[in-house]
This record gives sequence, C-alpha cells and structure tokens, in this order.
Amino acid sequence: MSSQLATTPLHAWHQEHGARLVEFAGYDMPVQYASIVAEHQATRTAAGVFDISHMGRLRFDGPRADQLLDHLLTRRVVDMQTGQVRYSLVCDEEGGILDDVLVSCLESPSGKNYFLLVVNASNRSKIVRWLQPHLADFPDVEFHDVTDATAMIAVQGPRAIELCKPLLPASVLSLGYYRAKVTEQMGKPCIVSRTGYTGEDGLELIVKSEDAPRVWENILMAGRSFGAQAVGLGARDTLRLEAGMPLYGHELEETIDPYQAGLGFACNLKDRRFIGSDALEKKSKDATLPKRVGLILEGRRAARQGADVLDTNGGMVGQVTSGSFSPTLDKPIAMAYIDPSVAVIGTSFDVDIRGTKVAASIVSLPFYKKS
Amino acid sequence: MSILPEELRYLESHEWVSVSNETPGIATVGISAFAVAELTDLVFMALPKVGQSVSAGHEFGEVESVKAVSPMYSPVSGTVVEIHSELVNNLESLSVDPYDGGWIMKVQMSDPSELARLLDWTSYKHQCDNA
Repeated sequence: MSSQLATTPLHAWHQEHGARLVEFAGYDMPVQYASIVAEHQATRTAAGVFDISHMGRLRFDGPRADQLLDHLLTRRVVDMQTGQVRYSLVCDEEGGILDDVLVSCLESPSGKNYFLLVVNASNRSKIVRWLQPHLADFPDVEFHDVTDATAMIAVQGPRAIELCKPLLPASVLSLGYYRAKVTEQMGKPCIVSRTGYTGEDGLELIVKSEDAPRVWENILMAGRSFGAQAVGLGARDTLRLEAGMPLYGHELEETIDPYQAGLGFACNLKDRRFIGSDALEKKSKDATLPKRVGLILEGRRAARQGADVLDTNGGMVGQVTSGSFSPTLDKPIAMAYIDPSVAVIGTSFDVDIRGTKVAASIVSLPFYKKS
Repeated sequence: MSILPEELRYLESHEWVSVSNETPGIATVGISAFAVAELTDLVFMALPKVGQSVSAGHEFGEVESVKAVSPMYSPVSGTVVEIHSELVNNLESLSVDPYDGGWIMKVQMSDPSELARLLDWTSYKHQCDNA
C-alpha cells in the first residue's frame, strides 16, 4: 500500500476484517471481504452494508445556493423542496459530462435550508476546481467540502429498511424514494437518504467521521440476523452494472454527452439556462453519436472495458465500457457505446475478447430489476 | 496417486507441477490453493489444446474471476498430452481441491531439467506468506 493513499474512517475495520484493499480514486478501499459473488447475493437477497466514504460531499449554504447550483447542474434545482434528492449531471460548456451527482435539499437542525452535492471520488478535486469561478460570482454562498469531516455508509437490499428499524427514527424509515432528511443516530447527527447504487431499495447515511465506526458496527450487528454483510467495491460494481447504472470513467466521460448516455431525463432544458445548455440543446437533436446499450454475451467470459464490438461482417461498431460476469443472471453482461444505426434491442454482434470473438446481443437496460 | 502440496514445485506466478515416478516424462500442472483463494469467484478457464506446445514461463491459458482475468504460465516446456476439460464446468471444485482433482493439463516434457529451476514448497510458501 502506498503511503499517499487516503483512508476512510472505517479503514481499520476493513483491515481487521480481512478485506482485500485496493487503490480507488486515491483511497485505500475494500474491494471484497471474502467473495464478490457472496457479497453481491447478500445485497440482492438480504442487505449489503457499504463504506462509500470516498464519495465527495460538498455543502452549499446561503439563500442563493439553489441559484448557484441551478447554474451548474443540468437538472433544475431552484424548484427543489426540502427533503428532495435529484440525480443530475455537471456538464462543461460543450455539453460534455464532468460528473454525475446527487443533489439534496436539506433542512439543518437550526431550520435553514442548504444543499448537499455528492460527487464521484475520482472527480471531487476537478469539481471543486470547476466551482471556484462560480463561487466568486455568488459571494454570499458558503461552500464547504465536508468529505473528510464525514463518512458515508450505504445499506442496500430488500431487508435494508427493516434492519435499520432499531437504529433510526420511524420518520426517516418512511422517507420516500429519492427523499432525504437530517436526523440523529443515537443522539449524533446523521443525514439519511433513500438512494443507492445497487438497484435495490435502501438508504445512504452520512455521519461525522468520529461516529462512523460505531454506526457501521451498529448496522452490521442489527443486520446479522437478516443475513446482512459488509460489501466491498467489487460487488458494488457488479450490482450497479446489473442495475444498468453508468459509472464515471466507464460510461461517462467529458467526451460523452448526456443524450448518448441515455441520461436525457437528467437535463431540464425548458425555460432555463445553465452551463452547457446551449450545446445540450443541439446535442438533444443529434442522433448520429454512439449510444449506450446493454449486452448479454454467450459463454462465461466477460468483455472488459475497451473490448471492440463488431458487426457480423467484422466491422467495428462500438466499444465496451464496463463488463463483468453477472452473478444474478449467471451470464456475462456489459455496457457499450454502439453506432446508433445498429443500437437496436435484439441485434447480434461479436465482442472481441482478447482476440476471440464472442457472440453478444443488445438487451434493454437494466439487466436486473428488483421484484 | 495423491498429490501433496509439500511435494510439488512451483512458479512464482502460482502454478504447480507434479511428476510421478510411473510416468517420469509427464508433468501434471495446476494452480495453487493460494492462487485460487486470491482469485475467488472463478467463472471461466481457457485451456490449451492437446498437441499444442507450451514453453516454460510462457502463458498457456487463462483463468477469469468475476473481478479480473489472469494468465496461467507453464512451469515446463513440451507438448500438451491431456487437458482436464471437465474442470471448466466445475471451477468451484478448485477451492476445495486445487491439487489432485484440480489438475489442469499434462505435458510431455521436452526438457525435464527445467524442473530444477522451479521453487520448492518452502520457498513458494515463504513467497505466499510474505505476499
């Protein structure tokens, strides 16, 4: 392990519990504890508990915080109600994706509204830099990067809410999907949101760094009788892939626009202007660029990022951005960007897996939908 | 015949090789328990073909887990005379028995003196313990 790596407040726990640690976005993170497949299945059938403290958490206070964020995000922010969470993108002037984020409108214990932006760990410093000139235009908005002062824990799975019953107030457990609330966990501040990155129901908690080990242990203890497990980044990736969710650095890049990625729903172009809105207006009508699709492959071998997708004449029509063996489907699955003229559900292709052609066909996303 | 890990020779990349007294020119090759535990969640193995030649230290196949693909290197040079084709459909068995039941290929060695260059159990175990 390199000494420059950042660690989360749960790092010691991961080490003590046999986690295999890898570098991810500058953090020393658990990729798996025992088995990716076992952790994946625990999340699909009971609950998985994830340390996602590496995600960036950016806080905006002040009466014009909504206007600042409305200028930066592709999704409308100024009409957000207290307790609402929205998935949005940050685009550059050309409409390229700088990050995909969750924005929450929260009420502090003192009764003031503020906004919280959860950004990808790998993009945190880029986004903080991107914000600077805009923060200068809104001098009354107070900005704090609260990533290091806090930790973030996801509890995901069909029994996630049930297992949190003894730990959280009832008002929090009845939150609707994509709702969030500032509350307390055993007398300590805690933000709870009904969001996730697994395709399951669940919660994401933000607590102070010093409270994180206790909250983590409490959740695992409460979850033991339900079959809940600590889950590493390996299964987080297979879970999000089955759920058809894009990952920055794979499906999302500065050279990709939201419409190609199938994220047009996260762009509100009507009656508003924001960074990139002019470019996005044009891109929303451009049907010539490669489109994100889901592929199911034959056999057992997974196509990994960068594998070429070929038509039946051997011509290259696209490239895989993420791929893995799907524990739920018991088949290899992938996401790819494909020439729009052939990006049609049911179309068959070959994927070049290190020199071997493997048959694949386009299926609708997501690969997995919870029952 | 029972294969004991203590009696095998190893490559640093975790492949083992065994040569029995009955068939001294034939090397049986597999991957170690340490490798199987490191890889976890195996989903696929690409095997060479019978008749194919392999050379010491060079890739002869690959093993894929949910997480990643890893090449497998041959400890010896020679010609593949037998492959364990049923293993491909039963990769879970490797986590129980990577030695006897988990052999991957048998090679007619072209240069048995290569065996002397491989790690013995003590050296291999030392490498794994310090990994």
